[in-house]
Amino acid sequence: MNVELSHIHKWFGSVHANDDVSLTVRAGTIHGLLGENGAGKSTLVKILSGYITHDAGTIRLDGKPVTIRTPTDALRWGVGMLHQDPMDFPPLSVLENFMARLDGGFWLNRRAAARELQTLAARFGFSLNPEAHVSELTVGERQQLEMLRLLSMGAQVLILDEPTTGISATQKAQLFAALRQLADQGKAVIFVSHKLEDIEALCDEVTVLRRGRVVGHVALPCPPEKLVEMMFGKVLSAPIKPHTVRDQVALELKDAVIRTDRFDLHLEHLTVCSGEVIGLAGLEGSGQQAFLATCAGVQRLARGKLWLAGQEMTHKPHRAFLDRGVCYVPADRLSEGLIAGLTIHEHVALRSPNGFFINRAHVQRLAERAIQTYSIRGAPGTLVERLSGGNQQRTQLALLPDPLSVILMEHPTRGLDIESTLWVWQQLIARCQQGTAILFASSDLDEIISYSDRVLVFSGGRVSKPLEARTLTADQLGYMIGGKF
Amino acid sequence: MAARTVRVPISQPGVYQVGALVAAVVFLAGLVLAVGESPLQVFAALLRGAFGTADQIGRVVNTLTVLLLCACGLVFTFNAGLYNLGIEGQLTLGAIATTLALRLFGEVLPGPVAIALGLVFGIIGGVLWGVLAGALKVYGRVSEIFAGLGLNFVAQGLAIYLVFGPWKRPGVASTSGTEPFGEHLWLGTFGRTEATPVSVLLALAAVAMTIVLMSRTYFGLRLRAVGQNPRAADILGVPATRQLLLAFALCGALAGLGGALQVVGNFHRLTPTISGGLGFLGLLVVMLANFNAAWVVPVAVFFSALSVGSLQLPLVLRQVDSSLAGVIQGVLVLAALIGRGLRQERAAHGD
Amino acid sequence: MATEQWVIVLATAVASATPLVFAVLGETLSERAGVINLSAEGTIMFCAMAGFAAALATNSVLVGFGAAAVIGALIALIVAFSAITLKQSQTAVGFVLALLFSDLSSFLGAPLVRIPGPTVPAFAIPVLSEIPILGRLFFSSDPLVYLSYVAIAVTWVFFYRTRAGLMLRAIGEQPNAAFVRGADVVRLRYLYTLLGGALMGIAGAAFSLNFKAGWTFRHTGGYGWIALAIVIFGGWNPLRAALGAYLFGILQSLASVAQDQFQGVPTQVLNVAPFVLMIVLLVVTSSGWLERLLAGAPAPVRRRVLQALHAAPPAALGKPFRQD
Repeated sequence: MNVELSHIHKWFGSVHANDDVSLTVRAGTIHGLLGENGAGKSTLVKILSGYITHDAGTIRLDGKPVTIRTPTDALRWGVGMLHQDPMDFPPLSVLENFMARLDGGFWLNRRAAARELQTLAARFGFSLNPEAHVSELTVGERQQLEMLRLLSMGAQVLILDEPTTGISATQKAQLFAALRQLADQGKAVIFVSHKLEDIEALCDEVTVLRRGRVVGHVALPCPPEKLVEMMFGKVLSAPIKPHTVRDQVALELKDAVIRTDRFDLHLEHLTVCSGEVIGLAGLEGSGQQAFLATCAGVQRLARGKLWLAGQEMTHKPHRAFLDRGVCYVPADRLSEGLIAGLTIHEHVALRSPNGFFINRAHVQRLAERAIQTYSIRGAPGTLVERLSGGNQQRTQLALLPDPLSVILMEHPTRGLDIESTLWVWQQLIARCQQGTAILFASSDLDEIISYSDRVLVFSGGRVSKPLEARTLTADQLGYMIGGKF
Repeated sequence: MAARTVRVPISQPGVYQVGALVAAVVFLAGLVLAVGESPLQVFAALLRGAFGTADQIGRVVNTLTVLLLCACGLVFTFNAGLYNLGIEGQLTLGAIATTLALRLFGEVLPGPVAIALGLVFGIIGGVLWGVLAGALKVYGRVSEIFAGLGLNFVAQGLAIYLVFGPWKRPGVASTSGTEPFGEHLWLGTFGRTEATPVSVLLALAAVAMTIVLMSRTYFGLRLRAVGQNPRAADILGVPATRQLLLAFALCGALAGLGGALQVVGNFHRLTPTISGGLGFLGLLVVMLANFNAAWVVPVAVFFSALSVGSLQLPLVLRQVDSSLAGVIQGVLVLAALIGRGLRQERAAHGD
Repeated sequence: MATEQWVIVLATAVASATPLVFAVLGETLSERAGVINLSAEGTIMFCAMAGFAAALATNSVLVGFGAAAVIGALIALIVAFSAITLKQSQTAVGFVLALLFSDLSSFLGAPLVRIPGPTVPAFAIPVLSEIPILGRLFFSSDPLVYLSYVAIAVTWVFFYRTRAGLMLRAIGEQPNAAFVRGADVVRLRYLYTLLGGALMGIAGAAFSLNFKAGWTFRHTGGYGWIALAIVIFGGWNPLRAALGAYLFGILQSLASVAQDQFQGVPTQVLNVAPFVLMIVLLVVTSSGWLERLLAGAPAPVRRRVLQALHAAPPAALGKPFRQD
């Protein structure tokens, strides 16, 4: 089935996630969708699969305009999607997951379904035990199950969103062979990924998205430099961070294994010096968040050891890390970093406990000073959820105790305007000059290069060795984010 | 196409809450009309029943003191994000522990000392039951709702067992409870009413303590932080486990004290239904007061007056059962919840 | 005890468990869809009164049951609207309804106290009731009891043998995943919450028109809470929940027999049993203690044991569905 998307628009609030996107996928081909974080790939395929609705534009299947507003619509037209996070039912068995759908008769015919599942699985060389519970399966097996279900429902268009994260090499080979076989049968396959390697190995054509827009469309094979350039689309800015690195070790990890819900991240050895800034690059969900949470003691190390300034801290609680001047600033300001329902004043009080009773006048002074120093647009009595994103971030920074040995931050400037961004980094660099080490994750490559001393790249369940930011080129970074270390 | 503007939800004047309240009152009036009585007469009868005589006022005050203690305790658990449905059990266990203390010491120690010991025992009993629910929640990951409900029945089962078993009245056991304690173990009263000054003082102290703890101390602030968002609180350095257990302990202590007062101030014995449903009523009070300690007082006064005032209803107006009080309380809280929900839903959808 | 005595004890147990069977089936249905209907205590009590009143007015038991079912569904509608549409706390609303409708049953039911009314007539099923022992146990009572057998079987078959039943379990587990499979989560949650409420209404009428025929103040006091506990004890499985109800019936029926032996221990003490069992089971299964113990066992054994003791609530229980 040929798929034709034309002039698709989608807004989330004021964010234009898909801006006039047009795309044609021919039956019998595997079409790659490439792009970095927030490029709009997932939004586009979720629209095609009916999971979210588009604001404007048309979808044509085999030349015929169709209305897709719910997953049921999409399934009826033969469009099936494998979501990035498995959309299945862990406590139910493999067979029940296979049968959980609206098509088919009133009665569950277990025997027939099991037979169909086995036949389909055998065709692709998958091996799934129908009686096993999905909670016992690996991510790769759950993916196989979902794919077989979609095929048995007669999917003619198969969409896969970042399917190769967290699956084994064998499973990847099986997946690619299966997709090739499906394309050869005349199905259209849309393969969403940020990994150059996978796109090159699998796809016939590739469309590159950047900031919600289509920036290029090429047939493969094509030189990877070209893809990298389209993906990132610019020459990276130069490092501007002054030298602040001291030769004391602030944080050290050895033989660390960090568990995420999809994979285990291995880190042989890492030392972070006082005053040093380490940028964590890579597609979101590649383990940066788990890494930062682990360094803050919010998450436990699965294996290995961790030291702060020479003192072993493995398996110590978050409180102990806080006492040693380690602070974690999560990306999701309102669900993790700040407490909705409490005011700025109350946040300041929480951070500076002193005695049993709250000295309101004292806290008020502290809050006013913080508001002034950090130019927060709000009063001490303002509820944090009423602040704008930028002011929430300023509040988070204002809440950081002083002095600190290590700051662990996710997306320090996400959603901020240029002025606020510069201002945030001024504050952070001032901290470095006092000897604080900073580790931050960002999806903005400019930010990584500009402000880091060294960079760690996270991709596909792996993490690179630390790289000197000064000598790093855009190409190099692009390749590594694309999974080529 | 222009980019959508993002609307910030603004708290509108509570049209929905007022609307829900009006609907509630209309519904209640209709209900009374349906059984063939006049709403105004019923209202007058309720007022007379609650405040008509000094005796009745005394009874309102006694109910109010226990209700306030429970409600204050629940302010802590609600603010910690917990539905402490186990409050009835905490109340009952407080009463059982007090009875135990009075049986042990009532005849060997001077009356006031025994009563004081009884109050302390009551507090300990309530704390035990509260912390048990807390431990099940924190360490056993059992929902405090189901654990609490279960523990209520266990506590009540224990009370029934004691009343009919080891502590039964000489002669024949009966649902009216254990043998009443001697008058030296009764709390002194205001004149000839049933209201006891000690209860009033304790309840007022509890209210003051709750208001101060919730609004002036780090303890209250941490409790609210954990209740609003345990994960963010943890990242900001407030460990949830301790706060949750403390909330359960405090609530248990206050409810246990309430149970103790039921024994030494109201019933002077242990009965199988010693809690009188005041724990559950406390939950309604705090929900209607929107979890705010200061608002708890007027709501509790109103609810106590309703509960006591309604007892006379069937005598005055033949068609109206005393359960009307519970109906009014329930309908008001339900209306408040739905009104709040409508407003939030509206705010979330722009206009 | 002699066989004869046992037969009487068990037959009484079956009869006394019948209203509870309807209640636990209803609550299981609703909770499997993701909605806790905490109003059970109030719903059952109010429907007992309303069903009795309707039957009395029309002199028809059937009308009584019908009215009870409709009213049960209407009370559930309040829960559903607050929980699903307004996304308010299901606990708060359900709890308030539990207290409110208990009191409302007394208020409106005052004139009905202790007056005789119609009851479900006894009816022994020919042939089946002649089977030795079993016939007397299960087939010599009344149509309502037989209907409860049917309800258990139908619910179980619906849950595990039909596609709609599988989707029901799906929406309570991962509503998002059910949505991508085409399920209309909101509508289905409404449907099953109302259906569950109707079953609880029938449970109420089963008290006042059959097992404890007639109406008094707080006629069914405690049974709603007991039903909630049995649903958990039953691991959200209709068959196990029904067995839990029978177990409770046996306990009660034994207690009344054993009264002579254990003088002074009132039967109410035994009402504690389901709650203690519920808490123990919840601790064992939800603290992860069992999983750790079984970590070394081979997968099929582990699966079997966990399934047998399974008491993990539906993953989305009590959570509103939001499409992202």
